[in-house]
Amino acid sequence: MNFMASKQPENSLLGPEADSQRTLYPYVTGTSVVALKYKDGILMAADMGGSYGSTLRYKNVERMKAIGKHSLLGASGEISDFQEILRYLDDLILYDNMWDDGNSLGPKEVHNYLTRVMYNRRNKFNPLWNSLVLGGIKNGQKYLGTVSMIGVNFEDDHVATGFGNHLARPILRQEWHENLSFEDGVKLLEKCMRVLLYRDRSAINKLQIAKITEEGMTISQPYSLKTYWEFSAFENPTQGAVGSW
Amino acid sequence: MTKQQANWSPYDNSGGSCVAIAGADYCVIAADTRMSTGYNILTREYSKICKLADKCVMASSGFQADVKALQKQLAARHLIYQHQHNKQMSCPAMAQLLSNTLYYKRFFPYYSFNVLGGLDNEGKGCVFTYDAVGSYEKVGYSSQGSGSTLITPFLDNQLKSPSPLLLPAQDAVTPLGEAEAIDLIKTVFASASERDIYTGDKIEIVVVNADGIRREYMELRKD
Repeated sequence: MNFMASKQPENSLLGPEADSQRTLYPYVTGTSVVALKYKDGILMAADMGGSYGSTLRYKNVERMKAIGKHSLLGASGEISDFQEILRYLDDLILYDNMWDDGNSLGPKEVHNYLTRVMYNRRNKFNPLWNSLVLGGIKNGQKYLGTVSMIGVNFEDDHVATGFGNHLARPILRQEWHENLSFEDGVKLLEKCMRVLLYRDRSAINKLQIAKITEEGMTISQPYSLKTYWEFSAFENPTQGAVGSW
Repeated sequence: MTKQQANWSPYDNSGGSCVAIAGADYCVIAADTRMSTGYNILTREYSKICKLADKCVMASSGFQADVKALQKQLAARHLIYQHQHNKQMSCPAMAQLLSNTLYYKRFFPYYSFNVLGGLDNEGKGCVFTYDAVGSYEKVGYSSQGSGSTLITPFLDNQLKSPSPLLLPAQDAVTPLGEAEAIDLIKTVFASASERDIYTGDKIEIVVVNADGIRREYMELRKD
């Protein structure tokens, strides 16, 4: 007697097999993103590294992307999850454009959308393993916000993810002020990125700085920062050391 | 093969303290504006206070993402209520709604510690205090959040609440005037900032009375 017992379809999310679908830990990750408001809009910086644990696996990862006409998204954390978020945002912007009503989603709206997405994934215990920075300007209103992988979000005059919170935010709190010029903003961001380069193990010396203004988004060509290693203690590290190590 | 353990928590404590004091014809609700994670400050200018209805204001501390979601839920439900009843929700009605909303997620709670303040239907101040899963009580004053252990004893001393066991029930609403209550709030937060690392930066004070709702700010220690 072989009547059809109720069976889960193969792609079911119920039962123990579903657990293997949930994110447990990130694999390929990007490190800090740092961003600040300046006179004409938002400046954002991120390096181009994609680490696979302690291996520097990818050295040409663009971790900042334009979203629609008015926003700029930077991400740290799992790169594949960032790519999935970009796909969600593609759909969002597409449907917004298809209304063809002269309206377009601003940074505040995109930030709210991302917050809801991240929070809902956290509720299902299957988070997108990213810390996102969303900046933009629309109708003269500058906006800069951030969302974490569990949905914690806020906006501020300057934000950072990961190590940037520890190393860059204190510098920004000291030296940021309203109406920074573009040159001063870039100098300030470079100061933060240099400290991160020295002190964050996963940072690499290949970064991009993105700017978004009413005119649109531009992202610099990748470049590296000047560093200084000629400290005398580094030049001959074993001099004066006792023993063989 | 041992089952993989979760290495991330769906919760985090964003810190901060909230206080509310009910008066004869006003209610003061206050909260600091610092948002933290671990030993870091994320931002110094985040509002924990949300206006739910014309005469009903909620202050919540705890896990910010849950607080935001809870505020959105209540705002949406209030809109539906207005469509159905053609009036604003009263503070006691909102108090019950908040309790039910919290208990709805009894088995995956909103990590949100709330104080609800406002005016009841007679225009008298009322404060409701909650735990994370919705058990609530109407009181004359309350504090929640990281500084509550420092603030509550001081409020007990200054506002001397009658025991809820007394019969006939005595009014817990303070005879203090509005200005004195605000002054007490400022004192209480200044003290809490000294010893609680999660409380500081700025206080946002919201006053609900017959004239409407107004907002005040006071700077606090930034360390």
